[in-house]
Amino acid sequence: MSNSILSFASSEHRRPVAAPANRPLLELRNLSTHYISAQGTRVVRAVDDVTLSIDAGKTLGIVGESGSGKSTLALTILRVLPQAAHIVGGQMLFEGEDLVQKSDAEMRQVRGKRIAMILQDPMASLNPLFTVGDQVAEPIRVHEGATRTSAWRRAIDLLKAVRIASPETRVTQYPHEMSGGMRQRIVGAIGISCEPRLLIADEPTTSLDLTIQAQYLSLLRDLQREHGLALIFITHNLGIVAKMCDQLAVMYAGRVVESGPVSRIFNVPAHPYTEALLNSIPRMGDNRKRLTAIEGQPPNLASLPRGCAFAPRCNVAFDRCRVDAPPSVDLGDGQAARCWLAVPTAAAVAAQAGAV
Amino acid sequence: MAVLEAVGLTKHFLGRRGIFGGSSGTVRAVDGISFAIEGGQTLGVVGESGCGKTTTAKLVLGLEAPSGGSIRFEGHDLQALDPAGRRHYRKSVQAVFQDPYASLSPRMRIGAIIAEPLVTNESLPAEEVRNRVRKLLDLVGLPEHAAELFPHEFSGGQRQRIAIARALALSPRLVVLDEPVSALDVSIRAQVLNLLRDLQAELGLSYLFIAHDLAAVAHMSHTIVVMYLGKIVETGEARELSRAPKHPYTQALFSAALPSHPDERREEIILQGEVPSPLNPPAGCRFHPRCPHAMPRCGVEEPVLTDVEGHLVACHLFDTEACHSMRV
Repeated sequence: MSNSILSFASSEHRRPVAAPANRPLLELRNLSTHYISAQGTRVVRAVDDVTLSIDAGKTLGIVGESGSGKSTLALTILRVLPQAAHIVGGQMLFEGEDLVQKSDAEMRQVRGKRIAMILQDPMASLNPLFTVGDQVAEPIRVHEGATRTSAWRRAIDLLKAVRIASPETRVTQYPHEMSGGMRQRIVGAIGISCEPRLLIADEPTTSLDLTIQAQYLSLLRDLQREHGLALIFITHNLGIVAKMCDQLAVMYAGRVVESGPVSRIFNVPAHPYTEALLNSIPRMGDNRKRLTAIEGQPPNLASLPRGCAFAPRCNVAFDRCRVDAPPSVDLGDGQAARCWLAVPTAAAVAAQAGAV
Repeated sequence: MAVLEAVGLTKHFLGRRGIFGGSSGTVRAVDGISFAIEGGQTLGVVGESGCGKTTTAKLVLGLEAPSGGSIRFEGHDLQALDPAGRRHYRKSVQAVFQDPYASLSPRMRIGAIIAEPLVTNESLPAEEVRNRVRKLLDLVGLPEHAAELFPHEFSGGQRQRIAIARALALSPRLVVLDEPVSALDVSIRAQVLNLLRDLQAELGLSYLFIAHDLAAVAHMSHTIVVMYLGKIVETGEARELSRAPKHPYTQALFSAALPSHPDERREEIILQGEVPSPLNPPAGCRFHPRCPHAMPRCGVEEPVLTDVEGHLVACHLFDTEACHSMRV
C-alpha cells in the first residue's frame, strides 16, 4: 500500500526545480502526512499540504499548539513515522534529493548523518544502560566506520564542544549522573556528532530551567555559527522564535496558516490566528493589562470543520470562511498566509509588481 | 492588614539515610523567608527548580509543618490555632495545581468534584449544594450541564476551569496557584489568566502565584518574590522589579526570559554552571559561585535583605558601605 502512495507522490511535480545556486537546503512541497486507521475508515490529516523551505545555516521556527501537526512534520522529515502514519503526497527536497522517494536503507544514511534531531526529554532519548561516551560515539562509528578508540576521542571533543566541564571523566559516566541541562547538552553532542547540515530540535528547552535554557540556546547558536548548521525549532513558545529564528511557520490544524521572515510576521501578522496568538502572550512591560484571549478550543484533527479550521474561533470570519478552505496567498517579501482576508492584499501586491 | 504573613519561615528536610545508616545531612528547602500577601492582591514567586517555591506553597497550604518561623493568617499564628481555627484556615486557603489531568478524579462527575469540598466541610441540603455548583460553573464560564459530565470530556483549559471552581467552592480568601497555566496550550493560557484576574476583582481573592514564566508572573502579580536556594534574594513591587531588577541573580533571570518581539534586545547575561544542591549550599551568599559580580566577602558573609530604591535586595553590592561604583 505504501508503494502506491509513494508513486502518487512522485507524479506530483507542480513547479520546476530551481537552479542549484539559490536552492534551499530543504524544501517541502505540498507535503501531506495522514494517520489512517487500520480499516482505512478514519483519516487524521496531521500534516496537510505543507510548503516550506529552509536555507543552509538559517533557523526556521515552527510554532503551533498541541495537535497542530508540528511534531508529525518533524517525524515526516526524518521518515520515522509511527505505523499508522503515511506520507500521502508531496516532496521533501533535501540538497536536491527527494527524501520521500528514498528507500529505508538510504534514509538510514541520512538520519543522524545529514539530518539530526534533538527531542524534548533528554532522559527519554538517552539510554540509561550505556555510558555517555558510548552514546556520543555511536553515530560516528555507524556512519563513519570509525574505530572504537578514535570515536571515543571524538566523543570527548564533542563534549568539550557542548561546553561540558572535565569531558574526560564525563564520557565514562551514565546519564543519571548528570543534571537535566547537561543531559540535554549530551543529546546536542550526539546531534552534531556527524556534522549534519540540518538539525531539528523539537521543544529542546521545555524541560529546562530559565537560566539553563538561556545557556542552551546560546550554545545552539554558537554551534550553528561554527558548523554552518541549519536549525528547525519546533516549539509552542513564540519567545524562542523571537530570540532564535530567521523564518517562522505557524501551524494550525495540520496546515501552515502563515509563514515568512520572523520580524515581518511579528510586526505585520497577516493571519488572524497569528495576530491573536501574538496578542495573547503577556509582555514584561505592560503589567496588569487585560490579555486578548482566543476563545474556544483548538480543533480536533479527526473532525475538522468545513472551510478554514480557525473560522469557529476567528472574530473576523465571514460566510466564505465556513465553506471554502482558503488557499495560501503570497503577500510578498517571503510572507504567505492562508486566509481569505489576505486575498485582496495579495492581488494589490501582484498588481503593483505588474505581474497580473 | 495582610491576609497571610510568613515570618522567618523555614523548612528543613532530613536527608535520606545511606545504606550504612549514616544521615546524609539536611536539605534546607526554605530557609528563613518572610513575606506578606495583602487582601485582593497577588504575590508572585519566581525561581528555578530547587529554589523552594513549591515547598513554600506546601507550607502555606498546611501540607508541611514548618521547622521554624511562623505563618500568620488574619493575624493568628497557624501553629497556635485550635481545631476549629484550623478548619477555618483550611477552608480559607485553597489550591489550583499545574496539571488538570492529574488533579481531577476521572471517576467522578464534574458536579461531584466541585461539590466535594462543600459536602465534606459544610452540612448543606442537597438542593443548596446543586445550586452552589451551578453558580460556581457559571462563575468560571462553563455551561450548567457540565455538572453531569466526566473530566475526560473536557479539554485542558476547561479542566483547569473546573479545578478553579472547586477551589472557589468554599469561598476562600487565598488561593495558591502553582503553575496554573504551564500545562495549557498557548491560546488557552490567556483565557485562564483573564479568568483568574476577573475572579480576583469580583471576589476580592488573594493569590499566591507560582510560575516559571516570568512574563506571566509579572503580568499577574502586585508583588514579586525572587527565590534562590531557599532564600529570598529580592522582593518588590512587580512592575518596578521586572523593569529594573537589582540583584545579579534577578537580573540574569529576567535577561534569560524570552523576548516577546524579535526587535526587543536585552543585555544577555548567561550564568555559568547550575543551581548547587540545597543539601550543601555554598557558604556566604548562596549565589556567589555563579555571580558575575562576586567579591571575596560574598563567599564568607551572608547578605541580608536591605532596602534599595523601594525593593528589598539581599546582595553585598548594595550594602551601605559598599562603594557605589560597584553598582551594576
